[in-house]
Amino acid sequence: MSEGDHEPGVDENEYDPGRMYVVTGGRTGTGKAALDLVTLIVATSEPQPTIQPEAAGILRLCESPLSVAEISAYTDLPISLVMVILADLLKDEHVEARAPVPKALLPERALIEAVMHGLQKL
Amino acid sequence: MDFKSSDAVVGPRSEDILPSSVSTAVKVVIVGGFGVGKTTLVGSVSEIRPLTTEETMTQAGVGVDDNTGVERKSETTVAMDFGRISINDELVLYLFGTPGQQRFWFLWNGLFEGALGAVVLVDTRRLEVSFDVIGRLEERGVPFVVAINTFAGAPGYPVEELRAALDLPDNVPIVDCDARKRDSSRDVLMALMRYLYSLAVKTEAS
Ligand SMILES: Nc1nc2c(ncn2[C@@H]2O[C@H](COP(=O)(O)OP(=O)(O)OP(=O)(O)O)[C@@H](O)[C@H]2O)c(=O)[nH]1
Ligand SMILES: [Mg+2]
Repeated sequence: MSEGDHEPGVDENEYDPGRMYVVTGGRTGTGKAALDLVTLIVATSEPQPTIQPEAAGILRLCESPLSVAEISAYTDLPISLVMVILADLLKDEHVEARAPVPKALLPERALIEAVMHGLQKL
Repeated sequence: MDFKSSDAVVGPRSEDILPSSVSTAVKVVIVGGFGVGKTTLVGSVSEIRPLTTEETMTQAGVGVDDNTGVERKSETTVAMDFGRISINDELVLYLFGTPGQQRFWFLWNGLFEGALGAVVLVDTRRLEVSFDVIGRLEERGVPFVVAINTFAGAPGYPVEELRAALDLPDNVPIVDCDARKRDSSRDVLMALMRYLYSLAVKTEAS
């Protein structure tokens, strides 16, 4: 392959599909929980011993707010799998979700102004 | 690959932990062709060490498997890198870098949904990718600015020539940038915010 032909975005280290099935029970959706990459997740309880290891790992990570994307990165789990696990944790009230700004409220001047102020401090 | 046991999961470094007061997160997407500087831009302005998140993509294989008659499918994992900027005690901004090529557009659904806007990073040596990306963003109604990354040996076009080449409306900002420099990357984000602000003002007035 010549330089520039590379595909650095593609990674061979996939999460084992078999394990994926065990964790999700074959589900792919997240039901009613509308999770976004930047939904902030905070744990509201300690992991119970009976919980799946993936879920326990997520609960431990989320002692302070963490986005869905960060959870995926730290656990090395694909986003879609993280979302399925989170949907269960939400349903059982083990975590709380701080949803991103609803699209209907965008664009909002005050929000954009706040971002500009924050960027100016960089 | 084995899954990481929960004990092996290494969370954020102490300096990367968000205060519990943070209640809202917004996102901006950095999109462009291979090697255009997406990762560099995210890394230069991010307060956390840039992270990588993965999504699997199932592709229909080329042709049909001779032995089984079943269409082959292959799974590839596509990585997206992202960074974070704390805006204030309550608000954080996430920046996602994503490849612009059409075959990665499956990533876009979750990515652009609710995004404030996008930065299209352009390498003037390869304008074609930007073309498709811009068309696609316009279709989706995602507001964006164009940032020209200046690489050594890249042809330098006058802004108005680029605007014509990319078929961009007059009000879409085009800015120069050096993604390796924090100030320059920050200025690109500021240009996007000023543009979004002008759009918001317009919407309110109408
Ligand atoms: N001269 C110059 N070089 C840059 C700039 N931005 C990035 N580079 C260099 O270009 C190369 C590719 O940058 P990356 O940030 O990895 O690009 P990318 O878009 O993330 O690339 P892929 O993820 O591989 O598609 C690196 O060697 C960078 O140092 C820039 O603004 N100016
Ligand atoms: Mg990259």
